[in-house]
Amino acid sequence: MSSPQSRPGDPQITPELVSEHGLSPSEYQKILGILEREPSYTELGVFSAMWSEHCGYKNSKRMLKLLPTKAPWVIQGPGENAGVIDIGDDLALVFKIESHNHPSAVEPYQGAATGVGGILRDIFTMGARPIAVLDSLRFGDLNSGRVRYLFSGVVQGVGDYGNCVGIPNIGGEVYFDKGYEGNPIVNAMCLGLMKKDSLIKGEAEGVGNLLVAVGTATGRDGIHGATFASEELNEDSQSSRPQVQVGDPFTEKLLLEASLELIHSGYITGIQDMGAAGITSSAAEMGGRSGNGVEINIDWVPVREPNMTPYEILLSESQERMLVVVKTGHLKQVQAILNKWELEADEIGCVTDDGLFRVTEENKTVAAIPCLALTEGCPTYEREGKESPEIKNLRSKDLSHLKIKSSGYENIFLDLLGSANISSKRWLYNQYDTTVRTNTVVAPGEADAGVIRLRESNKAIAATTDCNGRYVYLNPRMGAKAAVAEAARNLVCVGALPMAVTNNLNFGNPLKSEIYYQFREAVLGMSEACKLFETPVTGGNVSFYNETSSTPIYPTPVIGMVGIIDDIKHLTRPFFQESGDEILLLGNNTDELGGSEYLYVSEDLVAGEPPIVDLLAERQLQHSVLSMISKGLLQSAHDLSEGGLACALAESAFGNETNPFGVDVVLQDRLEPIPLFFGEAQGRIIVSCKKHSSNQVLQTAKNHGVPCRLIGEVVPASSGFRIAGRTVSVELDIETMSDRFFNAIPDLMNQKNDP
Amino acid sequence: MKVAIITFPGSNCDYDLYKCVQLIGGNPEFLWHRDSSLGKVDAVMLPGGFSYGDYLRAGAIAAMSPIMAAVKKFADHGGPVLGICNGFQVLCEANLLPGALLPNTSLLFASKEVTLSVENNSTIFTDLYESDRSLRMPIAHAEGNYYADEETLEQLEEDGRVMFRYLGPQGKPTNESNPNGSANHIAGIINTKGNVMGMMPHPERAVETILGSVDGLDLFKSLLNHISASKKV
Repeated sequence: MSSPQSRPGDPQITPELVSEHGLSPSEYQKILGILEREPSYTELGVFSAMWSEHCGYKNSKRMLKLLPTKAPWVIQGPGENAGVIDIGDDLALVFKIESHNHPSAVEPYQGAATGVGGILRDIFTMGARPIAVLDSLRFGDLNSGRVRYLFSGVVQGVGDYGNCVGIPNIGGEVYFDKGYEGNPIVNAMCLGLMKKDSLIKGEAEGVGNLLVAVGTATGRDGIHGATFASEELNEDSQSSRPQVQVGDPFTEKLLLEASLELIHSGYITGIQDMGAAGITSSAAEMGGRSGNGVEINIDWVPVREPNMTPYEILLSESQERMLVVVKTGHLKQVQAILNKWELEADEIGCVTDDGLFRVTEENKTVAAIPCLALTEGCPTYEREGKESPEIKNLRSKDLSHLKIKSSGYENIFLDLLGSANISSKRWLYNQYDTTVRTNTVVAPGEADAGVIRLRESNKAIAATTDCNGRYVYLNPRMGAKAAVAEAARNLVCVGALPMAVTNNLNFGNPLKSEIYYQFREAVLGMSEACKLFETPVTGGNVSFYNETSSTPIYPTPVIGMVGIIDDIKHLTRPFFQESGDEILLLGNNTDELGGSEYLYVSEDLVAGEPPIVDLLAERQLQHSVLSMISKGLLQSAHDLSEGGLACALAESAFGNETNPFGVDVVLQDRLEPIPLFFGEAQGRIIVSCKKHSSNQVLQTAKNHGVPCRLIGEVVPASSGFRIAGRTVSVELDIETMSDRFFNAIPDLMNQKNDP
Repeated sequence: MKVAIITFPGSNCDYDLYKCVQLIGGNPEFLWHRDSSLGKVDAVMLPGGFSYGDYLRAGAIAAMSPIMAAVKKFADHGGPVLGICNGFQVLCEANLLPGALLPNTSLLFASKEVTLSVENNSTIFTDLYESDRSLRMPIAHAEGNYYADEETLEQLEEDGRVMFRYLGPQGKPTNESNPNGSANHIAGIINTKGNVMGMMPHPERAVETILGSVDGLDLFKSLLNHISASKKV
């Protein structure tokens, strides 16, 4: 293999330098074996980025292989920029979720904004036009000034970027819990739509074709961002602010339009975002996928700062850049398209046949590494996993005495409605453009999942993100199943058939056995649930090292799920429609209380066994509700989650502020009122229907073997809210409840910043 | 009705306007900011978005783009021009409408459905609306706080050139229902000649039942009727 020359000023390769690059001694030995020589400083940087957790998935890859990835409707599974499924009518849906946790922890606005920018590029580089964004966020307690700073910065960052590019935000979720105090989670999901035959991949096809850099010039920002994201956060992390990239959504919008025009022009064979590890990963991955090599002439890369070294240029994560493979002889046409969109395109290299990732500077080779060694060759590990004894103790905690209360149910109920986790998230989504592109049928806060209509047919796309990190913390396998089940239930409640999943696995440091245990168990639970629901995983993202000063976040495997509503006329909402309609409960109430919002709010406690997920029962429940919806029997359908039956009924009653109702519900269960009203037993949905349809609803449930019963009736808002058990009745007026529900987060955000 | 929809780099509601004009039976055509002529068109629409990334001030750079010289000429000759959201900002920056749009008083982006009064239903953009009709349609902007000096505001009011106002739940403008702090709760205005209108809310997003409101339809239909009628003369 041709040896690259060392550049003047390159530091000596020492064990310390190797370690600073996040590479272990054994990994360094592997590099020596691949190269059959010592790497140059530039090459060490390239290996460091490509073999980082962020790019190489070295601690997750083996477990991820256990996830189901195939189905007849899956066009593209994991391994590309995004997953693709066939949705009929010659259309394909492209979707993916990605994290930007570390950057957001140190610079919330830019961290979140560039997270959205990155996921949009993953979608449009497949040839699809982005049609919707969702965001899945986790923060600490809003009573902390720092948390409010992070929260408002992230929300503005997510909002400004998507608003400017003009992609509607249609949903997502946000949780607040001390478990995320120093390390927020910022995951963004994007959906795109395209004609099936427009699919293009990130492959460097055709030896001799040109590598062209498109978009902004390369600067010194974000150097080693991928390596940064592969370390724990600590007190020094603030000094990493320069590693956070700065986004420019205006350029992104131009890139989006230009890329789609390029893809349709036929002048290019491949295109990829320069995301984590910049030019290095995009070029090496495109070379690796095609089996070809790539050669980059570093002198041709447009830079925005003088005297940048190959090391810096290769590892910069400057935003809004793409790498395009242009067919020979078509550079002029490609430049014309880009110039129309006020963008530059510069030839920086070509596709070669030697399989090497080769970088030259002034005709001297400064790096020469087999592409596949950088991508497929990244070492992978299966670590030892062992449950933390402390968490095991928490899970085994006896909660029975907490289930009994003699009075004060009204206040508990109001406190739950006013908890940041249950209350309206309007403060947040009122900062997101939800209606641009005029296809949004269900905007955030309007149903259990967001819905986008397709102009090309009667179908509509539904999407949701879900994960209750407390459940996963207490029981990773069960919690992950719950996340998949809830996502599917949310889709079903709007009338959509769940189709596929993209996942974002947010965990602590995988080198710790108790973290690896959480990761392994969660993947196993997710795998089992996705198989049963026939929702294959088409890609996603792993974010490890989410720890501050060694305290890990709750393990949070976020599920982004997409579904199809076959006919938009079947779209169903969670809100009650008319007084006199009957309210029915599907599924069983239980006395489970572990991991509940009730325990967190009333007892300041995260403990107990989280609710059990019976996947088979869950599937039957979902089939039965879809069947009811397709028969046109339902007026509303709403999934039960945090805050249990009482809170779900409240949301159905007055969640639509312009048309509120009351409810009168009586429950005969032999359960204590606390778990009955506020317990979070899984596999439950409340529906409402016209009086004359209730027998059919009951019959449909019976046919699917799903427990279903009449529990009450929708009444005018002026009649108030009544939920009664065998011994206790809770009565409240709608205005009081609604006030708590809608004003909780604004009130928390209006607190004066503490020092 | 042939409608020129101007796309600036950063426009993102151009496609929505295009679909909307098609829906009412008009004939839309995209024109690029670098074009210098409008060709033969019956109306011009400036879409929402973030032209030139809102750099400098929202709409400021777009107002200087080559196509805007042609738009000014078209407006001077009485041609109908409608600016929505960023388009309204561009019209103010180009001095085709008085006043300016400042950052929302909340300093936050505001996206929600608002209720509007129709203040003047005798213009080419609004004559299909009944005078007491209130309209529901979305807003989505960070800089929609209409500002003009006292004299200009008085003149606008006196001439009946305030087209729409933000309303509260009781059908009256209130400070709570003013989403951005606009002077006199103003959501849209028209020029003295009555052919150039700008508004912050998005009527093009309220043209189909499935989108939640059809209250924007009559605005586009009013214009279509006017153009069809003037062609017959």
